[in-house]
Amino acid sequence: MNVQLPTPLVEYTGGVRAVTAEGATLDALLRDLDRQFPGIRFRMIDEQDKVRAHIKLFVNAEMERSLAAPLHDQDEILIVAALSGG
Amino acid sequence: MATASASGKMARTVVLVGTRKGLFVLQGDGKREKWKVIGDTPHFLGQIVNHAVMNPRTGTILAAARAGHLGPTVFRSTDSGKTWKEAASPPAFPKRGEDESADYGWSVSHVFWLAPGHASEPGTWYAGTSPHGLFRSGDDGVTWQGVDGYNLHPDRPKWLGGSQEGPPDGATLHSINVDPFDAKHLMIGMSAGGVFESVDRGATWKPLNRGCSADFLPDPNAEWGHDPHCVRMHPTTKGVVYQQNHCGIYKLDRAANRWQRIGENMPKPVGDIGFPMTLHPRDPKTLWVFPMDGTTVWPRMSVAGKPAVYRSQDAGATWQRQDNGLPRAHAWFTVKRQAMCADQQKTVGLYFGTTCGEVWASFDEGGQWHCLMLHLPHIYSVEAYSL
Repeated sequence: MNVQLPTPLVEYTGGVRAVTAEGATLDALLRDLDRQFPGIRFRMIDEQDKVRAHIKLFVNAEMERSLAAPLHDQDEILIVAALSGG
Repeated sequence: MATASASGKMARTVVLVGTRKGLFVLQGDGKREKWKVIGDTPHFLGQIVNHAVMNPRTGTILAAARAGHLGPTVFRSTDSGKTWKEAASPPAFPKRGEDESADYGWSVSHVFWLAPGHASEPGTWYAGTSPHGLFRSGDDGVTWQGVDGYNLHPDRPKWLGGSQEGPPDGATLHSINVDPFDAKHLMIGMSAGGVFESVDRGATWKPLNRGCSADFLPDPNAEWGHDPHCVRMHPTTKGVVYQQNHCGIYKLDRAANRWQRIGENMPKPVGDIGFPMTLHPRDPKTLWVFPMDGTTVWPRMSVAGKPAVYRSQDAGATWQRQDNGLPRAHAWFTVKRQAMCADQQKTVGLYFGTTCGEVWASFDEGGQWHCLMLHLPHIYSVEAYSL
């Protein structure tokens, strides 16, 4: 699946915003991202498996808060870092 | 490494400045006359660096960082800041289990305080977080584990007064002191919560707040709930501990396990409220504080807009104002609890960073102050090392 990352996370990917990852759920996809880019998941998801306050996850342009949400091969994932203040 | 310079050797000085928008590294020559900033841009530009600390045993530098959008982490450098690598597993609370009544459902907002362990444990570090959490690393900051004796203590919620209690930037566990004479003896400060100590490497804890005022609590003799701002254990003299508290400046009477208010001896118009406290690296009777306005709504700025450091050379019996070189008026800043420190040179150098982004230094133990840098972001921490 194609995953579009926000700029605050590109230090993990060598400056690349468009990456690919696999997973049957959003949680599995984020764990695959962390396998490829160690540390990236904890910056988005806390230790209670909650999406951090200023991270928004979109699946095919629909915002998704549940990490258990199922994914399909052609889904487009967009991760947004938003509204964190000055 | 840290004490070699006390012999008079011309050591260079490195100052790590953690700010709201990154980590700056200043370097002074052997005479501390010529200073430069290392690098054209700060490390972690745009990220909040609450604390950056060097382990004097290994030379490793750790930086506690978070970005506005992102969760917290710890970066580490083993080559004096040339390159950085993120901790493989940063401090994190255990995941809440099936029993949701247990108070385990916390998540680290930010790592607030970093402290190297005892000299006999060169790879050990401790980290304090917001909300209150205590973590230990045994591999020089690569991986971190919770100190369960504290984090999972059944009385911890009572000590803290609820998850919403804390200063404006969040409730913090800070002032992690590892007794230089006993690796098992730890002392911590909690804002709010009070001072606690452990004599078994964090397995069990006892409050240490008797004698300390807490004028915001209904019970003035409460065992905990106090608000220490900065607790400092002396690095070379056993049993000497001072604290700058929300309610004044104190010295611990170790024999009686009771705090004695030494801030009553400060000039009354200035008072004895502040955030930071710095101890002389060798003389147990010499310490410095930076008073702030703690009246009315707590402006938390230099008193009357006239910043000054106060020094005592007799364990708080008397205090001297040290403001030569500092602005004489209309300087409305304060100095946060990690943002004032001493180096280890024979004539001790003092350093502080302000909330308006200035780094000040004195190379004669506070007699004369010099501005090393202007226009930095809001400064959270300043740590100096004689190398």
